[in-house]
Amino acid sequence: MNETITVPTNGKHPSYLEYKGKYKGFLGWVLSTDHKRIGILYLVSILSFFLVGATFGFLLRLELIAPGRTIMDPQTYNSFFTLHGVIMVFLFVIPAIPAIFGNFFLPILIGARDVSFPRLNLLSWYLYIIGGLLAIISIIAPGGAADTGWTFYIPYSVRTGTNVIYALFAAFVLGFSSILTGINFVTTVHRLRAPGMTWFKTPLSVWSIYSTAWVQVLVTPIIGITLLLVVIERTFSVGLFDPALGGDPVLFQHLFWIYSHPAVYIMILPAMGIVSEIIPVFARRTIFGYKFIALSSVAIAFFGSLVWAHHMFTAGMSNTGQFIFSLLTMIVSIPSAIKVFNWTATLYKGSIELAPPLLYVLAFIFQFAIGGLTGVMLGILSIDIMVHDTSFVVAHFHYVMFGGTGFGIFAALHYWLPKMFGRMYNIKVAKSTFWLVFVGFNLLYFPMFIMGWLGMPRRYYDYLPEFHIYHLLSTIGSWILILGILIMFTNFIVALIRGKKITEKNIWGGETLEWTIDTPPIHENFLEIPTVHEAPYEYKQNETDIRQFQEVK
Amino acid sequence: MFNGASNFSHDVDSLFLFTLIVSVFFLVLITGLMIYFVIKYNRKRNPKATNFHGSTKLEITWTLIPTILVLIMFWWGWKGYSKMSDIPENAMTIDVTAQMWSWSFKYANGKVSDSLYVPVDKPIVLNLQSMDVVHAFYIPAFRIKKDVFPKQNRVVWFEADEIGDYDIACAEYCGLNHSYMYNKIKVVSEDDFSNWLYGSFDTETTK
Repeated sequence: MNETITVPTNGKHPSYLEYKGKYKGFLGWVLSTDHKRIGILYLVSILSFFLVGATFGFLLRLELIAPGRTIMDPQTYNSFFTLHGVIMVFLFVIPAIPAIFGNFFLPILIGARDVSFPRLNLLSWYLYIIGGLLAIISIIAPGGAADTGWTFYIPYSVRTGTNVIYALFAAFVLGFSSILTGINFVTTVHRLRAPGMTWFKTPLSVWSIYSTAWVQVLVTPIIGITLLLVVIERTFSVGLFDPALGGDPVLFQHLFWIYSHPAVYIMILPAMGIVSEIIPVFARRTIFGYKFIALSSVAIAFFGSLVWAHHMFTAGMSNTGQFIFSLLTMIVSIPSAIKVFNWTATLYKGSIELAPPLLYVLAFIFQFAIGGLTGVMLGILSIDIMVHDTSFVVAHFHYVMFGGTGFGIFAALHYWLPKMFGRMYNIKVAKSTFWLVFVGFNLLYFPMFIMGWLGMPRRYYDYLPEFHIYHLLSTIGSWILILGILIMFTNFIVALIRGKKITEKNIWGGETLEWTIDTPPIHENFLEIPTVHEAPYEYKQNETDIRQFQEVK
Repeated sequence: MFNGASNFSHDVDSLFLFTLIVSVFFLVLITGLMIYFVIKYNRKRNPKATNFHGSTKLEITWTLIPTILVLIMFWWGWKGYSKMSDIPENAMTIDVTAQMWSWSFKYANGKVSDSLYVPVDKPIVLNLQSMDVVHAFYIPAFRIKKDVFPKQNRVVWFEADEIGDYDIACAEYCGLNHSYMYNKIKVVSEDDFSNWLYGSFDTETTK
C-alpha cells in the first residue's frame, strides 16, 4: 500500500467525491473499492433500513397505545415485531458503526490509504444488500412475513407457516457480510498502521472496532451454521432441535445465544469507541485512563463471549450452569463500568464545548449507565427469574442498543458527516433536535422498566388494563422520538444539498489523523503516509501552558 | 411496587430494592458529575483545559468497589435462586399442561381445572409440560417463571403466602394469541381447597 500513487488529474488532487475512476456516475459508486465510497454506500443503505425498522417500531407502539385492537390484528403485530427485530439487529445496529464509520475512518485513523482487502470490502456490501433484499422478500412473498421474533425459537419457528426461511437466509447472508468486514478490519489494523503508530498510540475507536472485528470473525460462523440447521430442520425434518422428532430445543437456544450475546458487544463496543473519540475533542484535553479504556474493550470482547446462557436462566439449565453464567455476567459489567468512570473523569478540568456530537455522547453515557445497571439486575439469578421476558428486558436492551449504540451513531453522524461531505449542518437545529430525541427516547423506554417489574410480559399484542398508563406514555414518547429523528435527518439532507461548504481540515479541533487531511478527503487519503510520534488526544498545548504557568510562579 | 404473595417474593423484592438503591446512587453520581463538569469547565468559563492522563489509584478504586458490589448481588441472587431450585419433598404435586393458548391443571386425584387452585402456606410443586411449542409459566405476584417445553419435564415450586386470585401468564412468545394466554391461580384456605378438590365446594362462589 505504500507505493506512490499517480493521480489521474492535472496536478490537482480531487476529493473522493469528485474522483474519476474507471467507471462514472452510479457505477463509479457501486463498483468502487475505495473504502470511503463503500462507507457512503453503507451509510445510505443502513440508514434506509433504520428508517424501515423505526417505522415498524412506531406502528407497534401505536398498536399498544390502548388495550385491545387499535390498528392491526395480532398476526400482523407478531410479524411486525419480528421484522422490527431482524431489521434493527442484523441490518442496522450490528453493521452500522463498523460498516459506515469503520469503513470510512478506520484506514484514515491509522494512516492508511485503504483497508487490506478493498475488493472483499465491496463484496461485504453486496452481501449486505442481498441479505437486505432477502429480508424484504420475506415481508412481501406469499405466506406472510415471519412471525417468530428475531430469536427464531424452535419448535415455533419450525411449525409456523410464514416465510421463516427467507428471514433465516437473510440473517445467514448478513452474517457473511459481517465476517468479511471483521477479517478485513483485523488484518488492516495489524498490517496497515502508519509508521510509529504502536498499539498504545492507536486511537480508541480503532481499539474498539478491532476488538469487535475479532468477535465478528469468531462467533458469527456459529449463527450461520445454526440458522442453516433450522432451514434443514424445517425442510427435511431431521430432528436436531424439534422435540417432536427427538431433537433438543434448548440446544438451539444455546447455539443461538453463543452468537447473539457476543453480537450485543459487536453492537455496543464500536459505539464506546466513538464516545472515547469524541469526549477528548470537545473537552480539549487528553483522555483519562487511555490504557484502561483500550484494554477494557478487549476484556469486554473476551468475557462478553462467555455469558450467553444468561438469556436462558428460566430454561432449566443445571445449577452449575446458572451459577457460572450469572457470575461471569456480573464480571463483564466491570470493564463497562471502568469505561464510564474514565469518560466522566475526562470531562474534569476540560475546556468543554457542548457541540451536538458531545450532547449525544453525554446522553449515551447517561442511557448506557441505565442500560448497564439494569443489565446487572438481569444478571442476578433470582431477579432475572422475575423480569426475564418482560418489558423490563425490552427497556434494558433498548437503553443499551438504542440509548447507547443508536446515540453513538447519532454522535458519529454529527461529528464526522461534515468531514465526509465538506458541508456543515445547522448546529442550532441539531442542538434543539437533540432534546427532542433525548426526551422522546427516555419517555418511550423508561415506562417499560416499571411495567416489566410489575409483570408485563414482552411480545404481547394486548395487555391488562393496569398497564395502560405506561403503554400510553411510551407511545407518546415514540412520537416525540420519531419527530426528532426526522428533523435530524432532514437537517443532514439539507446540509448535503445546500449546507455551508467547509474546506477547513480540522473543524472540531481533533488530534487524530482524519483532521490532518483535506475536507472532504482526497481519493488517496494521504499523499504521503504520515509518521506518528504521539499518542492520540495529547493536547500538548495544555502541557506547555502548565509548564509556563509553573515557570512564572 | 412490592405486592408479592409467595415465599420467594420477599427475598427477591429486598434484593431488587438493594440493587435499585446501588444503581440510583451510581447513576446520580455519574450524571451529577457530568453536569457539574460541563457547567464548571465550560469553554467560556474555562478556556484552557488541564491534562490528566490517569490515576492508577482511582482506576483501582472504581474497579474494586463495583466488583465487590456485584459479587454481593451475585451471591444474594444465587442464594435466592437456590431456594427456588431446591424442591421440598413433602410438596403437593400438580401437573401443568401448556398449549396454544391456555393452561390446564391436573390434580393427583384426576381432577382437571382451568384455574390453578392451591391451598395457602403449603409447598406446591408443578410439573410443567407443553403440548406444542415453548411457553413459559409465569406468576408475577409469586416472582416465579419457568420455560415449558414439549417432551421435556420442567418443575417449579412455591408456597403461596396470601389468600387471593393472581394472574398466570405465558412469558415465552408462542404465536398468535400469546398475549391472551392468561389463567388464574386461586389461593384458598386449606379447608376450601379440600372441599374444592373433592367436589363438594361450589367453585362459582370463589370467583
